[in-house]
Amino acid sequence: MPDPSAQPLVELSHVGVRGSDRWLVEHVDLSVHRGEIVTLIGPNGSGKSTTAKVVTGVLKPDAGTVSRLDGLRIGYLPQKLNIDWTLPLNVERLMSLTGQYDRPQVEQVLDSVGAAHLRTASVQSLSGGEFQRVLLARAIIGKPDLLVLDEPVQGVDFAGEVALYDLIGRIRNEVNCGILLISHDLHVVMAATDTVICLNGHICCQGTPERVLESPEYQSLFGPRAAQTLAVYNHHHDHTHLPDGSVREHGHHHDHGEHPHAG
Amino acid sequence: MLDDFFTRALLAGVGLALVAGPLGCFVVWRRMAYFGDTLAHSALLGVALSFLMSLNLTFGVFAVAVLVAVALLMLQRQASLSTDALLGILSHSTLAVGLVLVAFMTWVRIDLLGFLFGDILSVSRIDLIVIYAGGAAILVALAIFWRPLLAATVSPELAEAEGQRPAVAQAVLMVLMASVIAIAMKLVGVLLITSLLIIPPAAARRFSQTPEQMAGIAALIGAIAVIAGLMASLQWDTPSGPSIVVAALVLFLIGFLVPVSGLFKTQAKGETSK
Repeated sequence: MPDPSAQPLVELSHVGVRGSDRWLVEHVDLSVHRGEIVTLIGPNGSGKSTTAKVVTGVLKPDAGTVSRLDGLRIGYLPQKLNIDWTLPLNVERLMSLTGQYDRPQVEQVLDSVGAAHLRTASVQSLSGGEFQRVLLARAIIGKPDLLVLDEPVQGVDFAGEVALYDLIGRIRNEVNCGILLISHDLHVVMAATDTVICLNGHICCQGTPERVLESPEYQSLFGPRAAQTLAVYNHHHDHTHLPDGSVREHGHHHDHGEHPHAG
Repeated sequence: MLDDFFTRALLAGVGLALVAGPLGCFVVWRRMAYFGDTLAHSALLGVALSFLMSLNLTFGVFAVAVLVAVALLMLQRQASLSTDALLGILSHSTLAVGLVLVAFMTWVRIDLLGFLFGDILSVSRIDLIVIYAGGAAILVALAIFWRPLLAATVSPELAEAEGQRPAVAQAVLMVLMASVIAIAMKLVGVLLITSLLIIPPAAARRFSQTPEQMAGIAALIGAIAVIAGLMASLQWDTPSGPSIVVAALVLFLIGFLVPVSGLFKTQAKGETSK
């Protein structure tokens, strides 16, 4: 769990990034602590990815400062990753893209995201959901201090989304890293996130997910309907869909039976 | 043995293919075929300038290729033209300026056809030393930068976020390409160099499951193409450079006849690792 008194892993203060003719983001203050999940949400073009790139160091800010903990290890899941068909790359080889890991390490990390069976598959043969899980595994294999996940559930159906966010919550506990999550949908990330930052060129509002949902800034950005739909997702889960398709029961008051596709 | 011009040609060609195959893989993966062509065409400007300033030919070609690569990078940042159009401008203007300069230099006799299409049969012992020493240096550099280059090829952003320097890797790749072009120009000529960078990797793709495998198979296919092409040119008295390229093309086409899908089907999705 986050310890706010500790030094943050990364801290942005008054960061601004200029595009060719306008500021892409301005006056952004944010910090991520170890064990904390910070979610950036905002409409398209609101500067979410730009902010993430400042955090990872890919972009240098035109205003403000960025401070990272010395020797900070970052795991990154980019928003877009097209791997050309001409590049023969299987999942196992993709795992050691930026570091060297042996087979047990690769098998363990793939197992933790429910993708152990994909180890020898070529990356071009994966479905959208499989690819995102493999990319998540790749981002955590180096035991990063900070995980930056840019729209990690794109191309994943709703059940898969929930499973992926459960997984991200588990990763936070197991790897004990800080996580910067980027999403355009607050509802599915609610359960997993500690702090939400609502971005639209600048920070509109921030705080706990519940507070952001109720804030007038959020409602004016996404419309009042966005806040109303909360009840649909905010129910108590009595079971968890594991990434491999099986179901894990929390209480034992009823039985789903064995799913035929489990395993 | 090295007294025989044909043996020297074989050795030179195989040496070049062993380097061009692995390096060419990056050209294919990064979709830099036209970029490679542009650097190759600029080699003729390098030839002309080398004669004009009495420089070593290989060095002159290398230097001009590096300059063109740098110019392209700078233009990409500034100009509003697409990379495609910029490459078209640089590619043909360097070739044309080179040809015009050569025409002005009436005091030297330049075998233009030799530079355009290569003259592998006139390879000297010194050339062989340059090819093998230069080739070895290129392969060593490629091995050292293999991992960052591969990461930068998959995603420069990801590589940079995770502590690598994709810009350095890209610069290294350009220098290596310029070097290969400088070495290869004399053998296969300005107009055909890129084919040795592209056809063997393209042919190797279907038979490879890892990037490293593809590099190795591409080197092998390139070497076979050189040997087959030179043999054919001896047999039928065809021009040597184009014969090598035709041989590579034939190997590429033969590759399509080999049923590969059955070879790898077990490796596709669904195979359990337990």
